[in-house]
Amino acid sequence: MIATQDYVVFLLVMAGVTYLLRAVPFVLLKGKLKSRFWRSFLAYVPYTVLAAMTVPAIFYATENKLSGACALVTAVLASLLGLGLVGVAAVACVTVLGVDGLMMLL
Amino acid sequence: MKFSNGVKDGLPIGLGYFAVSFSFGIAGSKLLSWPLVTFISMTNLTSAGQFAGLQIMADAAGTFIEMAIATFFINLRYSLMAISLSQKVAPNFGTFKRLLLATGITDEIYALAVSRTEPVTARYFAGLMVLPYIGWSSGTLCGSVCGEILPAIVTNALGVALYGMFVAIVVPQMKAHRPTLIAVLIAIACSLAFKYVPALSGVTVGFAIIICALVASLIGAALFPVKDESEGEA
Repeated sequence: MIATQDYVVFLLVMAGVTYLLRAVPFVLLKGKLKSRFWRSFLAYVPYTVLAAMTVPAIFYATENKLSGACALVTAVLASLLGLGLVGVAAVACVTVLGVDGLMMLL
Repeated sequence: MKFSNGVKDGLPIGLGYFAVSFSFGIAGSKLLSWPLVTFISMTNLTSAGQFAGLQIMADAAGTFIEMAIATFFINLRYSLMAISLSQKVAPNFGTFKRLLLATGITDEIYALAVSRTEPVTARYFAGLMVLPYIGWSSGTLCGSVCGEILPAIVTNALGVALYGMFVAIVVPQMKAHRPTLIAVLIAIACSLAFKYVPALSGVTVGFAIIICALVASLIGAALFPVKDESEGEA
């Protein structure tokens, strides 16, 4: 648990930066971003961020590394097979439940 | 386009957001009480940014400046979307309305708004963001309350849902677009290095994510510039 005081500052920083990123260009800029390099950079950012946040954090999100690793594998397979957001998430959850449950029985 | 058209179009996004934010609530309940977790969703309305923010709060060494920089880079794409959206809005979508509705610029709401052929009116955009906002906030509320009640084996399983959704966003793009595949692999290699190479393990979680994403995206942009302004869908 973190101190309420710290939470408030963290929240203000987070919400403030996020709001300004949306509002300032929306209000001020009317033109198109010209630099192809920076447009490309911004196109890659969401995917690289999500990848860096998922690996290796997913290994430590559960009771043991094995269930997290298994969830990553089944999620990737489910996604490759064409399942959508909720389907892939459900596969990952069931995997963790199954592996953790099995470990408890063993 | 009327307010009610927007509300109707926003329904599927709202349902999806409920599911995603439910797992954010679960993750948040391990660190904060449910009102505090819910308030993050009500003021931010951003999945990846909030999740990284939570990781920084959870890190005892996390700092405010780290939070600012991480939030900035992770959510920088919204600026791009805001610029793009500003080309599509109706003439009477004035400055005050923009300030009021800017929070609605998320990946999904933006994508839906710009895919319309007509100019986007303030009424329509306001309608569009109503159900996603309610879905995002109430999903977090339910998730964080459940996180406090449910046993660890269940919350662990549900907590993985968010990662599952990240996988579901990244993998199809990796499959369809080889440069994204390469950029993502670079980001993962970098992220693993921060975790397991002893010399790098002093770097905090937030900065590790920032550096990984920056390096991988810069390499991607330098080697494989994208053709048009194809935005991400995170």
